[in-house]
Amino acid sequence: MLEVRNLKKDYENKPLLKGVSFEVDHGELVCLLGSSGSGKSTILRIIAGLEEPESGTVLWQGQDLHEVPTHKRGFGLMFQDYALFPHKTVAQNIAFGLQLQGLSEEEISQRVKDSLESIRMESFADRPITELSGGEQQRVALARALAPTPKLLMLDEPLGALDHTLRTQLIQELRAILHQSQIPVIYVTHDREEAFGLADRLVILHEGVILQQGTPQELFEQPSTPWLAEFLGLGNLVSGTVTQTEPLMIKTAFGELTVDIQSHQLNPGEECQILLRPENAFINPLLSFEENNFECRVRDSLFMGEYYQLELLCDTTTLLARSHFPADIDSRIDVSWPAEKIWVFSI
Amino acid sequence: MTKRPALLTLALWLIPLAFLAYFFYQPLVAIFRLVFSERFSQGWQLFEWSQVSKPLNFTFLQAFLSTILTLVVGLPAAWLFAKFDFPGRKALRAISLLPFILPTVVVAAAFNTLIGPQGWINQALMALFNLSAPPLKLLNSLPAILLAHVFYNTSIIIRIVSSSWSRLNPRLEQASRMLGATSWQTFTRVTLPLLLPSLLSASLLVFLFDFTSFGVVLMLGGPQFSTIEVEIYNQAMNRFNLPVAGLLSVIQLGITLLVTLLQSRVNTPRYGKAALNPEKSALSRPAKGWQKIFVIFMVVSLILLFAVPVLSLITRSFVTLEADRGQRGEVAIGLTLRYYRELFQNRSGSIFYVPPIHAIRNSLLYSGVTILIAGLLGTLTAYAMARRARFNKFLEPLFMLPLGASAVTLGLGFLLIFNRPTWANSTFPLLIPIAHSLIALPFVVRTMLPAIRGIPESLREASRSLGANPLQVLLKVDLPILLRSLLVSLVFVFTISLGEFGASSFLSNPHAPTIPVAIYRYISQPGALNYGQALAMSSLLLLVCGLGSLLIEKIRLPGEELF
Repeated sequence: MLEVRNLKKDYENKPLLKGVSFEVDHGELVCLLGSSGSGKSTILRIIAGLEEPESGTVLWQGQDLHEVPTHKRGFGLMFQDYALFPHKTVAQNIAFGLQLQGLSEEEISQRVKDSLESIRMESFADRPITELSGGEQQRVALARALAPTPKLLMLDEPLGALDHTLRTQLIQELRAILHQSQIPVIYVTHDREEAFGLADRLVILHEGVILQQGTPQELFEQPSTPWLAEFLGLGNLVSGTVTQTEPLMIKTAFGELTVDIQSHQLNPGEECQILLRPENAFINPLLSFEENNFECRVRDSLFMGEYYQLELLCDTTTLLARSHFPADIDSRIDVSWPAEKIWVFSI
Repeated sequence: MTKRPALLTLALWLIPLAFLAYFFYQPLVAIFRLVFSERFSQGWQLFEWSQVSKPLNFTFLQAFLSTILTLVVGLPAAWLFAKFDFPGRKALRAISLLPFILPTVVVAAAFNTLIGPQGWINQALMALFNLSAPPLKLLNSLPAILLAHVFYNTSIIIRIVSSSWSRLNPRLEQASRMLGATSWQTFTRVTLPLLLPSLLSASLLVFLFDFTSFGVVLMLGGPQFSTIEVEIYNQAMNRFNLPVAGLLSVIQLGITLLVTLLQSRVNTPRYGKAALNPEKSALSRPAKGWQKIFVIFMVVSLILLFAVPVLSLITRSFVTLEADRGQRGEVAIGLTLRYYRELFQNRSGSIFYVPPIHAIRNSLLYSGVTILIAGLLGTLTAYAMARRARFNKFLEPLFMLPLGASAVTLGLGFLLIFNRPTWANSTFPLLIPIAHSLIALPFVVRTMLPAIRGIPESLREASRSLGANPLQVLLKVDLPILLRSLLVSLVFVFTISLGEFGASSFLSNPHAPTIPVAIYRYISQPGALNYGQALAMSSLLLLVCGLGSLLIEKIRLPGEELF
């Protein structure tokens, strides 16, 4: 439905977007994920027609939107600071877009009522905006953006200004409302948890280009670069050198690892990065594997409820690992990573 | 600070209150008594309602028209300064703020040199088409008054509206666009309602200034266009009909108070932070074609509006035209310093003639005394207001009332009360600086109050704990911190006093006029020399006030506004 092709945009004479392309399909919730200052909001503003790209096109069902002014695009945008009209009440804010569509008074009031019901704020209709809490404002802003049934809804860090507890609660609510509406959504955030909790598909923006896109599971299992693995907090990143292929062997500072992976084209002598996920670490005081087994010193142990988070010093490398058994600090334990669970990045 | 804070606060109030009671409220009461006294009811048969209704109607009409026209010019200008970056922006902004500090007589003289019979436009037309009389009779007309008012008050709209416009959160307008509103719908449904409080407040202020305008109307409107202010002056000074003058004063005071109250009501911020831009507002260069055209058009218009009258005044004061000598035929335009040299000579044999240099001396003397009185009383009042005391709520409005009373009303009241031997102005010329002090007092308080409130109490406590006595605290902590604001307000008082015309026109002794009174006298007398001298004096006054406002801009703290 929406297609963004090769967007380029400068900010203060430096390139911010260096050719961004992605698509959004019917009824899909796409999360645009990237660190702050990566240009995520700028992409939304370009799609909205609030800013012009240096080059590149935005297409809606194959039609170039370049000549279409913001108010005729029929897209909805929920701003990071909500941008609710302070001179209007809650109901008047929601009615704003409906009035511009030229609907009848009865229809407007009916739809405002429905809309307030969907965010469970019926009793707030005549309250001034200035009296609402952050969470209430967030819900009104969402209702206002959804009321005119936009062809596409964009949300710019909608939970950014709220505290953590409220956020987790609102993510559930947001997911329900957005899925119910059937409107395609682009959701911008820098928060990994938020993105994984909401998205049908993730689009990662890094250094002005789309680094990778896919379902949350795809990204989780097959991150394309070490940066992404770190950004998503997937686990330990260790550099190493390929010593042989078939089977693939990689030498690291704390020992040699066997890796069971087909997709990578690596040659002996090549530098690479490997991802060792804490949850894949095998630690059992009674058992130990031959393969990829290292003796490490326990530097710290944190009780996390379902597991212990261990900070291990393996030779000179610090690694995080999850264990179902407690470990004494400064004791030495065996840890191993199964060959098929190790992910490799060529550099 | 002390064990009995209320008592100290009351002591601080004492002198300013006594001054105000004697010099402001006593004359005011005298006007009221005159209006409702028997003398007036006896004269009621001779009184015709048209004496009041005619100037009243005209005052409303011209103030209304002036305000509308000022908005027509000021709104686009406010937008220009709020949103766009262009070469010369700073300079243009400085020029656009200049009129606010210009004395009314200078503005009137400036417009006289532009559109008057001896002004540039008429002289040029006469020379071009070989005419024997000035073809355009713009002086003594309603358009002349309106033009001068627009010149005067556009700066108020620009200052108030552009600052709130640039602080408006741009996302609100973008949100409206996203919801399907066109630029125009966004302007009428979002931008305008959000700007409305500051727009209303600025408009009411402009209306108030237009409504009470005196010097400009007197000098540019001529005898057939008299506003309430001018009519008070006429009735009191020319017809000696004090009761009618008093009645006009009472009516005018009532209306100005009403407008002031309304203005302070709409001026209260309504939306808090919700409408404010969270980031520093970014000015943008005009990008689209129509934006470029708009910016160029506005810049040219504003330069024409603000710079042309001022330049016209200055250039005209250095030029003799052939028409000056009453000989026609030979064109003899020449540069001259004669008008400036003549300021220092006494040519006329008339006993009422006073050499201009004496007027300058008088004005400087009066403003010196005004600085002392207004500075001292204003600082005391500000200190009293800065303290937390329950009765402050009742006392503060008493001090802001003189702002609502016009200078002419003040002059009339002084005439009624102090036209007695002790105060008779020939022997005791203190009345003018006292009147000027009353006019300047609110400005001093407004500048000093935030500065005094801004001193953290902990600083005083710290210095006391280090062994400073109350006087030492005042001299070593308060004074150094307040110095800038004090200087700003004193310079402002100086320019107010130098340019004040309304009260001075009532109170100045014919033998000892102030600069504005002298300018008014010279410009209304025939002859090229008188005209030239009026212009030379106006130019000097313009220079001093311009320097004064430059000084204020340099020393004032950022974010401090004078109104």
